[in-house]
Amino acid sequence: MARKKGRMSQEVNAGSMADIAFLLLIFFLVTTTIASDKGILNFLPPKQDPNQPPPEILLNERNIFNILVNANDQLLVEGEYMDNTNTLAEEVKKFLLNFGAPDEEAVALFNSLPASLREKAQRDPSSSDHPMSGGAVVSIKTNRGTSYETYLEVLDQVKRAYFEIYAERVGLTADQYRALTGRNPAEKELQDRGKEGIPMAISIAEPDKIGGN
Amino acid sequence: MSKFKKKTGTSENIPTSALPDIIFMLLFFFMVTTVLREQEILVEQKIPQATQLQKLEKKSLISYLYVGKPKNTALYGSEPRIQANDVLITTNDIVLWVNQEKDQLSEVERDQITISMKADRDVKMGPISDVQFELREADARKLLYAAVGRVQN
Repeated sequence: MARKKGRMSQEVNAGSMADIAFLLLIFFLVTTTIASDKGILNFLPPKQDPNQPPPEILLNERNIFNILVNANDQLLVEGEYMDNTNTLAEEVKKFLLNFGAPDEEAVALFNSLPASLREKAQRDPSSSDHPMSGGAVVSIKTNRGTSYETYLEVLDQVKRAYFEIYAERVGLTADQYRALTGRNPAEKELQDRGKEGIPMAISIAEPDKIGGN
Repeated sequence: MSKFKKKTGTSENIPTSALPDIIFMLLFFFMVTTVLREQEILVEQKIPQATQLQKLEKKSLISYLYVGKPKNTALYGSEPRIQANDVLITTNDIVLWVNQEKDQLSEVERDQITISMKADRDVKMGPISDVQFELREADARKLLYAAVGRVQN
């Protein structure tokens, strides 16, 4: 009796193992949500002290690139009506690289730019003086009734103008430049060289009360 | 003729004994990459599209804020609401919530906290700017507008 048992095959039937594994696999496939933390970064200004009035920053009108978006999601860019945001990035680039009245430092910056960016300079006295701090500022103003989607689209295009300038300075494409993490010194150096002297000056104004609640 | 007959005699079975191993490998991959959603999203989430996306480096520094129309309009109304963790909050609670999130970080990282705002594309700027104002009050000034990629034309 005992001998008979010992002679029986001792292997466990593993034929259905694949089926079990498949079931588990399908379960995890269905429940997986690959988390994506991608988006548009924005740095909010520091909070205001209610006892102190906001600091007066004197800027010439020519140094501000005004983008207004109303509650119907219509755009007014530098006083002109615009249907869509397709040409916005180019306009912003033209404004930033205008070099209307550069001081000594800005001339040095201008000379350090690659030729492709230098030829964008139109030296229009009615546009921005120079893109350094204290110079060109892009201002986005919305209504409370403006849709978030349109606002993000506008911000996206303004960021694109900056990133394309940065990328061109270091000889990368904008996609490559944005993918830089700054984790190792070489990448950090590229990142810093791209934005040196041209800070991302995007001002997002407090929306006014039209069309919202 | 007889030559051909000989060939057909060979076994045509594909060995499938390694199949479970392959499936298990796939299984482990998905088990490792899976993040089980620990909270239910109570608001609508149609994330807007953008082209200039940046990726955040340190996931531990990110706190999520969901803004959108509640899914359960009978209970919460149809006006856009803010969800933090697993409850709907009002704008007044944001400062408190940010401070709670900051407490979970180590002391050196506290001022590097990043808020990822996942807002529905149909939300108006009014609620968004209210949230931004409160975040400024709470001194959590690094804000990420969550967006999904769009093919550039």
